Amino acid sequence: METIARLLRLIPAAILIGATLAAPGGVRAAPPEARLRLATTTSTENSGLLGVLLPPFEKKAGCRVDVISVGTGKALKLGEAGDVDVVLVHARELEDRFVAGGYGVNRRDVMYNAFVVLGPGEDPAKVASSPDVSEAFRRIAGQESPFVSRGDRSGTHLKEQEVWRSAKIVPKGGWYVESGLGMGEAITMASEKRGYTLSDRATAVAWRGKSRLAVLFQGGPGLRNPYGVIAVNPQRHPAVRHELALRLIDFLTGPEGQAIIAGFKADGEQLFFTSPRRNH
Amino acid sequence: MDFLTDSVRAALVLILALDPDIASAALTSLQVAACSILLAAIPAIPVGLAVGLLDFPGRRAAVLALNSLMAVPTVLVGLLVYMVISRRGPLGGLDLLFTPSAIVLGGILLAGPIVATLVMNAAEGADRRIIPTAMTLGAGPLRAGLKFAAEIRLGIVAALVAGFGRVLSEVGVAMMLGGNIRGYTRTMTTAIALETGKGEFGTGVGLGLILMTIALLVNILFNLVLQRSRP
Repeated sequence: METIARLLRLIPAAILIGATLAAPGGVRAAPPEARLRLATTTSTENSGLLGVLLPPFEKKAGCRVDVISVGTGKALKLGEAGDVDVVLVHARELEDRFVAGGYGVNRRDVMYNAFVVLGPGEDPAKVASSPDVSEAFRRIAGQESPFVSRGDRSGTHLKEQEVWRSAKIVPKGGWYVESGLGMGEAITMASEKRGYTLSDRATAVAWRGKSRLAVLFQGGPGLRNPYGVIAVNPQRHPAVRHELALRLIDFLTGPEGQAIIAGFKADGEQLFFTSPRRNH
Repeated sequence: MDFLTDSVRAALVLILALDPDIASAALTSLQVAACSILLAAIPAIPVGLAVGLLDFPGRRAAVLALNSLMAVPTVLVGLLVYMVISRRGPLGGLDLLFTPSAIVLGGILLAGPIVATLVMNAAEGADRRIIPTAMTLGAGPLRAGLKFAAEIRLGIVAALVAGFGRVLSEVGVAMMLGGNIRGYTRTMTTAIALETGKGEFGTGVGLGLILMTIALLVNILFNLVLQRSRP
């Protein structure tokens, strides 16, 4: 009996140690293959695009791409710190500042889609009939209909602030909700509040049927949403995997990557478009 | 109503199908929690014993500090560790950020205070006469301490289980330091956060059920062992 009790007492320790040492996905000091760190926005990851876009590159380059999906603002911060090797983001102004500040090199346009205004089907602010997006925002503010802002310095948040500026409105008051949430959560919140929100098209399509919001306003040059890829400057951060980063950029902007992007569909709809004008 | 039942149904399908992504996240969660608690125990148990048993100046401050450290928000721990292991930080050259080891580092800081505090409480509540008795029988202070630790082993195991649970259930450290990388640093909790963000509530509930099952199994196991070893 005594021995059995003794052995039993060892089980948890054995499990702990076993779990510590056990196979894949775990605590590995030195991963065998090269890992490229890509900081990107939630829209590219959550829509499923990267799931089809990256595996062919990984096979070709013989590396793993570690995707860290955060808002555009944070993705660029991670690049500034040298904590990632390459960023795929959507906020042209911030991207240019990132490059001008010496943090990034080799910026390329990858694709674009559009932002859309989501809102409740009954559309109390009559957004659907407004001539442009600035007017749509003015109507929401005029009605004081609930508006859920990302409030997180993501690319979508920056675009939203740009639209408010163009509408000459400083959004303030109980109707304007600064959520600090990701796109999906912000859509959920707007749906629960029967309010409006600005979303990228990819996330809006992915959330079709999961929320009670409808696309009420879309189109127009003011709502274009271009994505750019930038390598982190190896002069500033010698430890980054610059060569792999350049290979990824070449792949994304080259014929193979562009074909995958153009062919990617969710719910029967193309989510990202490749730009006909190439910048290299 | 449909919403709830659909979520639970999706959850069950997920569990029964043994999705490889979920298996990987579950394994990563377990490994990270196990490593964290093992490494946290090395300093935390002696500290807990010392604070619980010894009288030294500043003891009350130490007790207070341990108690407060238990309440530190996980995202704050994540932020502090991030600042240390980011390339801009003092340990940036180690390339730890966005690896499972980074989560373990945060996990040690989360679990350590809990283990130390609970061990301290166990030591305070125990009969400490065993130490002078052992020392009169010729044991040194270290031997006497070990003897005492063996006496309160139930309390120590309970402390380790609590610390394990804290690491297993937290999301702030895993998200900030691990980066939620699929198949590498994605844990059960960051996967739940991701699926919720994607609106896949069924998958989120499924992952939650699996996490709770794992926690339950670990607790049953430890309880079983504790009962067997009770004198």
